[in-house]
Amino acid sequence: MQILKMAFRDLGRNRRRSFFSALAVAIGLALLMLMSSVIQGEMGSAIESAIRLQSGHIQVRTASYDETKSSLKWEDLVENPEQLASQLAGLDQVKAATPRLFASGFLSTGDESTGVRIYGIDPQSAANDPYRDGIISGSFLTADDREGLLIGQAAADKLHLQAGDKVSLSVNTSNGDVQEQAFTIRGIYTTDTYGFDVSTIFLPLAKAQALTQTENHASTIFILLKDTSYTDGVINAIKAPAGLEVLTWRDLNKLFVEFETMAQTYISFFYLIILAITASVIINTLIMSVYERTREIGILSAIGMRSGRILGLFLAESSLLAVGGVLMGLVLGLLSVYLFNINGFYIGNMGLTGMVISNTLRARLTMDNTVNVSVMTFVATILSGLYPAAMASRMEPVEALRAEK
Amino acid sequence: MEVVKVENVARVYQIGKLETQALRGVNLSIANGEFTALVGPSGSGKTTLLQMIGCLDQPTSGKVFINDKDVTTLNRNQRADMRRGTIGFIFQFFALIPTLTAYENVEMPLLLNGHTPKERKERVMELLKAVDLVDRANNRPDQLSGGQQQRIAVARALAPNPKLILADEPTANLDTENGRQVMDLMQRLNKETGVTFIFATHDPRVIGYAKRTVTLQDGVITKDSQSNGK
Repeated sequence: MQILKMAFRDLGRNRRRSFFSALAVAIGLALLMLMSSVIQGEMGSAIESAIRLQSGHIQVRTASYDETKSSLKWEDLVENPEQLASQLAGLDQVKAATPRLFASGFLSTGDESTGVRIYGIDPQSAANDPYRDGIISGSFLTADDREGLLIGQAAADKLHLQAGDKVSLSVNTSNGDVQEQAFTIRGIYTTDTYGFDVSTIFLPLAKAQALTQTENHASTIFILLKDTSYTDGVINAIKAPAGLEVLTWRDLNKLFVEFETMAQTYISFFYLIILAITASVIINTLIMSVYERTREIGILSAIGMRSGRILGLFLAESSLLAVGGVLMGLVLGLLSVYLFNINGFYIGNMGLTGMVISNTLRARLTMDNTVNVSVMTFVATILSGLYPAAMASRMEPVEALRAEK
Repeated sequence: MEVVKVENVARVYQIGKLETQALRGVNLSIANGEFTALVGPSGSGKTTLLQMIGCLDQPTSGKVFINDKDVTTLNRNQRADMRRGTIGFIFQFFALIPTLTAYENVEMPLLLNGHTPKERKERVMELLKAVDLVDRANNRPDQLSGGQQQRIAVARALAPNPKLILADEPTANLDTENGRQVMDLMQRLNKETGVTFIFATHDPRVIGYAKRTVTLQDGVITKDSQSNGK
């Protein structure tokens, strides 16, 4: 108790220096909090967006289906998809299960054209809410619409199109021909994800099937769950009919999962750098403090303080700095995450069309991350006190007493 | 009975390639309750000898016994324990811990010795009374005069009831009046409690207080004389 009291008063002796040392700890922690929350926000939202917009939690499709080729051969497609979808939708944990047909084609206006990926969707399914909610002009599709399509804002900007404009769409069909037909842009949507918006257009499923000559077939049954954590449970519950396979969001987003693992490694390096800088400030402060108080250490030793207690005294000082720094850091960290999220951080499209990465970075601070980085900072600060404390405890009393005041 | 016995102690300091012989074979025996002055010009080895007796430093050769225990074989922590229980120190500079109050400074050795709060309080108040500084109990060292600080240092040295108090030039930084007060105090406590005092000094006024005067020159004892003291 006396040691803590002494440590506290020792820190109070040079308030400004103690404050700035604690501030260094605080800034270190705040940086760690901001970094971990931005990464969490980005990774979390990237995976979430990918699930919501592209992969779903689970897909059921034929084993021979090749996503990269958007194959339309009947043997690669799911037959009678509505029936299977409604069975799957009956499961408790399933939020929506809906057939989707993917095709590739060209969208052209008078003199401009762009390659597109066509999603044939059931407009009524809740799985398509993200697109419905993203309509910024015009209206969403209806199931019986035979001439309307939805286009992303990025593509609309690129081709200078507005809702109501006419476009021409050429599509590959199941037997290898190309079909061309005129459409009206019913609506323009955005998912705030450039890579997706610039290349994806929507047709009602029935129209897409007619156009591609794939009647009563779909590329996949797209399944959204009520929560991502139900994935494995539902997988076990689904008995895939012969010839079909069941894939999870992890299978469907391999690139992301790998990217996240890699990112974690880089982050650990950044953490180490920040902690090392913080530690060096604390070591420096305490070493100065040991030198300034050499004679005092000699006195304490002369009146019989054992080296362990002297070590304890300096460790108590670094612990107090750690407590103060971490408390200040939590406030600074929360504040910086809050400020960061007022506007987010606009990163634009980053030129990635293959990945579903949001245009705006947002930080998401989780309890886990906060506790982790706080504990890391706390431990690093106390450990940095070890060397100066050991230095103090090893001083020979005669030498220490001889020191100039 | 002797509290201190120094047997043929030598201390050589090695500074770079230069060897300095601070003590060259000193023999000395101090009995319980003595009030002894170590005198001699600066560089004669007074402080070094006090440090040997005080277990702050170890001799290059020879032996030092405190209460018949050979302290030259003790390790660092054992020496700290020996100091804590048996030896009190008073230094030339007013060696108080600046962050602690007068009360807490006197209390420190008792804390280190594991006394209960009640025992500590009684002992500290008794000592503050003895050095006449009860009203300064809650002042920090920088709020006390040099003389007051040195009296607090005397109280702290006495706190754990040591057998032996070592004082290194205790009045060197004090004016005549404060120096006299501190010496009177030490002498009174020596008489009242029977604790042994050894002090190094070259101040003739202080030497006058001693009952025994041991003179050192160039690391050896050249004279050992008794007197009646003041």
